[in-house]
Amino acid sequence: MTRKRGNGSGVLAEIHAGYIPLVDCAALVAARELGFDRRHGIDLRLHREVSWANIRDKVNVGVLDCAHMLAPMPIASSLGIGHVREPVIAPMALGLNGNAITVSRSLFTHMADIDGENARAGGMAAASALAKVVAERRKKGAEPLTLGMVYPFSCHNYELRYWLAAAGIDPDVDLRLVVIPPPLMAASLRAGQIHGFCVGEPWNSLAVEQGIGRIVATKTELWRNSPEKVLGMRLSWAEANPDRLTALIGALVDAARWLDEAGNRDEAAAILAREAYLGLPQPILMRSLSGQVVISPGAEPRRDDEFLVFYRHHATIPRYDHAVWLLSQMIRWGQTAGDFNIAELARRVFREDLYARVVSPDGERPREVQSAVTADGKPRNFFGGESFDPDKVIDYIKKFDIRSPHLDLRALERANS
Amino acid sequence: MSRRITAPLKILVIDENPIRAAILHEGLREAGQPDVTIVDETTGLVNKIFSLDPDVIIIDLENPSRDVLEQMFQMSRLIKRPIAMFVDKADGHSIEASVQAGVSAYIVDGLKKERVLPILELTVSRFNAFARLQTELDEAKTALENRKLVDRAKGILMNARRISEDEAYELIRKAAMNQNKRVADIARSIVSAADLLG
Repeated sequence: MTRKRGNGSGVLAEIHAGYIPLVDCAALVAARELGFDRRHGIDLRLHREVSWANIRDKVNVGVLDCAHMLAPMPIASSLGIGHVREPVIAPMALGLNGNAITVSRSLFTHMADIDGENARAGGMAAASALAKVVAERRKKGAEPLTLGMVYPFSCHNYELRYWLAAAGIDPDVDLRLVVIPPPLMAASLRAGQIHGFCVGEPWNSLAVEQGIGRIVATKTELWRNSPEKVLGMRLSWAEANPDRLTALIGALVDAARWLDEAGNRDEAAAILAREAYLGLPQPILMRSLSGQVVISPGAEPRRDDEFLVFYRHHATIPRYDHAVWLLSQMIRWGQTAGDFNIAELARRVFREDLYARVVSPDGERPREVQSAVTADGKPRNFFGGESFDPDKVIDYIKKFDIRSPHLDLRALERANS
Repeated sequence: MSRRITAPLKILVIDENPIRAAILHEGLREAGQPDVTIVDETTGLVNKIFSLDPDVIIIDLENPSRDVLEQMFQMSRLIKRPIAMFVDKADGHSIEASVQAGVSAYIVDGLKKERVLPILELTVSRFNAFARLQTELDEAKTALENRKLVDRAKGILMNARRISEDEAYELIRKAAMNQNKRVADIARSIVSAADLLG
């Protein structure tokens, strides 16, 4: 792979970035297709991958310089969970929101029969209806429900678990969570292999469009303006290529800003619809991009301006409080023992300092406490009115009733006193 | 590589490419590993793995079900013989070689790496051999198509300008040189122009 440095001779430095074909890879695609990369003196080469494991491995061995990553992935790599430990950092976030929880039509019918009000209310309330279905199935001796998500270290996994647990459902005891690759989720739902899933767009909209699923909760309903994808890279690459990193962040921030400017989402959808990228119908991609979400087959679109955010609401900052929250859930569910200092690790992986070197703050810094109401007065929807203070993360973890039986609170407290 | 690997293991190969899988199967058999199951379909993968209970799982990187396998590690407490990936820094070179070759391997936790590394090396070399074969095949196809194009272009020029085959080829060759293009590209232009001109 050739490496050209921008040296004034007009030759641009190449940067190889991997991505998974989801609507929220848009900042990377826009940076390339709209020429923001060239404006910053780099030549961004995009590589479409089929699995998150491939993204992780190709970044680790250097086949990719950086990638579209699930926000928890740099944390998992830095902790060495499930694979070799490799210091991977997130010097930038690639947007907020974008996911949804979809269930099969028959499961929704059951939910609506047993508790129509909560089922139809969506959001956190829908899980209460699901809890009643789970209880009834258990009484009848039926097989536990199976729900799909995309990867063990994903916000999809943590959101789904949080949603279930808040309604009293233990995701590891009362039902089964499995990983299904997003393109296979709708088929699995149709075949009855799974009863629902949590995935990014366009896969929820496709399931609804095919008449096989109904969206029962959106990520914005669970936690408005929550983390989803980040730009991930090895720490060693970032340290060896400070100029390229600066150019890359500059290009991606420009792309994110472009995406959030009124009137550009149509063009974004047209580009993403191309075979080279998602190869899926533009109208389906427009549902999430325009915030006009159709939650059940034939229904009128519901407006959600924050359904997919790329730049607004500090969406490009790799936030410390988001990293701490992700760690709290990884510890809660026993993915890691938590016998390390959470604050230190969060700052080491989510590198707001690297971002701030490139992008000076646009107005006010984001408040780090997830309180019930945001700065602009809207409800945060933090899992139904809870709040979260990253400085009190141990107390936060301690209050979960439903969590891994292997959680070692003493080790956690010792490392974080 | 035909070095015999002692103590046969139960190997599961997940590969949608039947030719490549056959090449790998043959290589493993020659190396003293006859217990190989090939799966090309990924529905019900977890159940297949549970029922087969393999020591080693080999999967090509183009298969999106890698993430399904990753989840299985996280559930390893629930599986009687948990599987894992190479998690030792010393295996960095193996991981790099396998990523470059387009394959990934998972082994049962506790299985000695020395038993599995030869299998992984063989797999990597077979995958690379297959990739070379594929490239040669693609190049041969392209060469054949180009030959046909050049033949057609020569025929068109011979008719249109009442010249010999050698003269026609010379014209094409000169045009390619002057325009800094390949002979096949010039030939393609002639053929499509002729189609349009009727």
